[in-house]
Amino acid sequence: MYGFEAMTFNIHGGYLEAIVRGHRAGLLTATDYNNLCQCETLDDIKMHLSATEYGPYLQNEPSPLHTTTIVEKCTLKLVDEYKHMLCQATEPLSTFLEYITYGHMIDNVVLIVTGTLHERDVQELLEKCHPLGMFDSIATLAVAQNMRELYRLVLVDTPLAPYFSECITSEDLDDMNIEIMRNTLYKAYLEDFYKFCQKLGGATAEIMSDLLAFEADRRAVNITINSIGTELTRDDRRKLYSNFGLLYPYGHEELAVCEDIDQVRGAMEKYPPYQSIFSKLSYGESQMLDKAFYEEEVKRLCLAFEQQIKGAGDKEPDVDL
Amino acid sequence: MEKFIDNLSPMDLMRSEKMSLVQLIIPVESAHRAVSYLGELGLLQFRDLNAEKSPFQRTFVNQVKRCGEMSRKLRFFKDQIIKAGLLSSIHPVVEPDVELEELEMQLAEHEHELIEMNSNSEKLRQTYNELLEFKMVLLKAGSFLVSNNNQAVAKERELSENVYSSDRYVEASSLLEQQMRTADQSGLRFISGIIFQSKALRFERMLFRATRGNMLFNQAPADEEIMDPLSAEMVKKTVFVVFFSGEQARTKILKICEAFGANCYPVPEDFSKQRQITREILSRLSELETTLDAGIRHQNKALTSIGYHLTQWMSMIRREKAVYDTLNMLNFDVTKKCLVGEGWCPVFAKAKVQEALQRATFDSNSQVGSIFHVMDAVESPPTYFRTNHFTNAYQEIVDAYGIARYQEANPAVYTVVTFPFLFAVMFGDWGHGICLLLGAVVLIARESRLSTQKLGSFMAMLFEGRYVLLLMSLFSIYCGLIYNEFFSVPFHIFGGSAYKCRDATCSDAHSAGLIKFRDPYPFGVDPSWRGSRSELPFLNSLKMKMSILLGVAQMNLGIILSYFNARFFHSSLDTRYQFVPQLIFLNSLFGYLSLLIIIKWCTGSQADLYHVMIYMFLSPTDDLGENELFWGQRPLQIVLLLLALVAVPWMLFPKPFILKKLHSERFQGRNYGMLVSSEFDPDVEPDSARQHHEEFNFSEVFVHQMIHSIEFVLGAVSNTASYLRLWALSLAHSELSTVFYEKILLLAWGYDNVVIRLIGLAVFAFATAFILLMMETLSAFLHALRLHWVEFQNKFYHGDGYKFKPFSFALIAEDDD
Repeated sequence: MYGFEAMTFNIHGGYLEAIVRGHRAGLLTATDYNNLCQCETLDDIKMHLSATEYGPYLQNEPSPLHTTTIVEKCTLKLVDEYKHMLCQATEPLSTFLEYITYGHMIDNVVLIVTGTLHERDVQELLEKCHPLGMFDSIATLAVAQNMRELYRLVLVDTPLAPYFSECITSEDLDDMNIEIMRNTLYKAYLEDFYKFCQKLGGATAEIMSDLLAFEADRRAVNITINSIGTELTRDDRRKLYSNFGLLYPYGHEELAVCEDIDQVRGAMEKYPPYQSIFSKLSYGESQMLDKAFYEEEVKRLCLAFEQQIKGAGDKEPDVDL
Repeated sequence: MEKFIDNLSPMDLMRSEKMSLVQLIIPVESAHRAVSYLGELGLLQFRDLNAEKSPFQRTFVNQVKRCGEMSRKLRFFKDQIIKAGLLSSIHPVVEPDVELEELEMQLAEHEHELIEMNSNSEKLRQTYNELLEFKMVLLKAGSFLVSNNNQAVAKERELSENVYSSDRYVEASSLLEQQMRTADQSGLRFISGIIFQSKALRFERMLFRATRGNMLFNQAPADEEIMDPLSAEMVKKTVFVVFFSGEQARTKILKICEAFGANCYPVPEDFSKQRQITREILSRLSELETTLDAGIRHQNKALTSIGYHLTQWMSMIRREKAVYDTLNMLNFDVTKKCLVGEGWCPVFAKAKVQEALQRATFDSNSQVGSIFHVMDAVESPPTYFRTNHFTNAYQEIVDAYGIARYQEANPAVYTVVTFPFLFAVMFGDWGHGICLLLGAVVLIARESRLSTQKLGSFMAMLFEGRYVLLLMSLFSIYCGLIYNEFFSVPFHIFGGSAYKCRDATCSDAHSAGLIKFRDPYPFGVDPSWRGSRSELPFLNSLKMKMSILLGVAQMNLGIILSYFNARFFHSSLDTRYQFVPQLIFLNSLFGYLSLLIIIKWCTGSQADLYHVMIYMFLSPTDDLGENELFWGQRPLQIVLLLLALVAVPWMLFPKPFILKKLHSERFQGRNYGMLVSSEFDPDVEPDSARQHHEEFNFSEVFVHQMIHSIEFVLGAVSNTASYLRLWALSLAHSELSTVFYEKILLLAWGYDNVVIRLIGLAVFAFATAFILLMMETLSAFLHALRLHWVEFQNKFYHGDGYKFKPFSFALIAEDDD
């Protein structure tokens, strides 16, 4: 299969490929970022951006700008473009593109549930949600009192339903349970996405399994670090790790029994790709780990993007302020 | 000869305008005015002297920002005007330009006023819409409640009848019944409201799930579209009433309502109360309506007054912004009192530019005048052709391939005639030509009207090319007359045919042929060829030979133009080692073929030209036999062949070697590189300080020359063959129109039935219009384009220049539209 996928590629993905390449030409370049660094006021930024693809989205904003407006409008551009591609895509690309949004969906669900728990206004929460992860009845999440209701009322209609089936308990919603729910959902989601990509085969499988494995490993490390010192048992912790990735299965065994950050480091340094990340950190430090992982992720996404294959490069760097 | 050529008067459009790099030093106080005068003049292209600075580091960034802000306000006004459904006045009031500061204040005032008005009316509108929704809910939900109550009453009665009918049951059931009644009165509640129709179904499902089915959902679509109070859009909505019991369910349902954006309105159960509320609402609605109307009138008045000036303001802001953008390209001089600008300007426009600068100095009461002087330029100047309506389209055709190098021979001069002509050779039919002519004439007649309108992309393209279309149609009428084709019907326009049948019955016309009995048909193809057995061989031979003649002529023209280029740029090297061998090579092979064709036509000889050409290479010394066309043909062929063989190394080797020699002579003894001073030398102009450093790489030059020669040698063959497309397309066109005429129109006419005839006519007209007039025109156009771009222009045209883009208000206005 691998050798022949390029033969019919243009029939299915030619148009979208062209669009993606067009978007790529519209990305901010290194010189753009250099110039943005020199900006002194937000108006300068607006002025600079008005010469780029982001111009039309910002041009009608009245002058005292806020950072949130800029980010919102730039995200809006990403979302508009993504939705356009999603509309144009055919199977299996459309499913693939939808899979990418599920991650945001999980985050949104968790955000709303946590927010309601702390009695925030639903509208305010909705504004904070990532627009890619919106679904129809998302606002109704606030009604639910426990996991079972959450599932029965709202999530059963969403694509997240199959992932949720694993963590239905009648337990009340509290911070701990929500966090466990998030990780269970992510585990199920990543595994499902991984399976889907494997099924597609070819270059998609090759690139995406690498990215997804990295994501799974990153989550495993985060779960471990965050659960140190909590009442989460080793077995429960073990259950939250995704069943694939570089760390699976032996790394997971080691991570499951870790009691402090240095043990985690010891477990991770056995894996060459992660050695470099940990080598940047001094002992006992866990704050920088997130950033280091994030940098590594961006690097990998960039590499995938450079390969210019299918939807693998659909992530656009946002404007960082 | 050379003298004769030098004395020829320069051809318009042949060379691009002479440009000079000029420097302007303008005092700060008159800079703005000077630049805006230059913008009106539109003959100066500024160079960006601050290219390394980002936009917000430049001098006039604040003004640019202000212009941006103002244009945002203007866009806001425009949106508002469109939203209010007012048309901005077609004849805008022309008032003297106001000052920018004043305008800025005015705009801010207007914006403030509008926003305030909007927010006021917004609030009113929201209450109005809410009331409207409430009214709707009352009407619909009231009916549900009534019917429900009736049902409930009916049921109760039934129940009680049952109860009373059997006394035995009374004691047991009365308590239960009482309980039920109390529950009924206190527990059964309802919530009524209104929701988007699109969400109603999901809403109901969600309610069902949340209450585990313990509810009753009634809905009815609202009669008319309602403006949503929040988003102010017209939407279809559905009124609903939910019956449920219990306090917990109530909070849940309210939350769900909130989540779905459903607006809930309380409807009293009591019928009289309902009526009372309805009445109240209606009176408030009518009050609000009058207030709203007054508000809208007020707003419309304000908007109309803005609308009068809008177009003027917009163009003014656009110009201001352009002026400041241009000012940002200028540099401050050392004293910070003057702005220094550089730019390209056509030589003929120097006086005008100077005059504009003086005017600006005078008008702004500046003490110091602007300085204007010419500088030396290292880089090549931009290319600027002064075209008119007619030549513009042809220049566009050439520019689409590449902008001419500065002052190089412009193929557009010849394209004006050769392009339509080559098109017509492929599209020779005077019937189709007349159709095209009509179209072109319509476009040209409505030129003044169409040029102000905004056209669709296809129409705009046609309109741009209207003069090309005109000449194309005229030439295709001409060629059609030569081919004697009118929708593939032959006509006896120029007298009778030269042929007649052998006898009166004409029985052997298709076997033995016709006999010629008088002088040839005076112009074009004899109509008697049409339909004869030898029609195709005759026309093919004619068109094929004609294509080769046309091609060789055009390619020779191209080579000759390369000579003129070489003369113009004083490059005798190119003349001697490129032009001469090229001319010899092409003409000794294909020029000779053209000569043979003409001789054959003139003498009516039966010689086989393929044979002559092929054996000229295979065995040049052999006797030609019956293929000999003229005396001394064999020695001539041998000479031509030798010339062609000599021409190849001639164009390949000398030029790079001579270049190498020249280079080594010029740089003899200069083995050390120039020291480049790192300090900025104040005495030297910044531009002349830039050293023009050229490196000579022999292998590169040689490879380039080799590629060029090989391309020419192979190209001579393939380009000549490429001109055969003239024949092929012409053949295809005439065959297609024959098919449509004979197989559709004549076939349908054969039936004695009006319907079939009409259908045949319709199909014929359709095929003619879409296939022959549109598709064929397009294909002939593209082939003519290719012949010009590739076969003609590769002989001399470099096309690596860049276009002159003057700073001009007129161009800016065009861009924005």
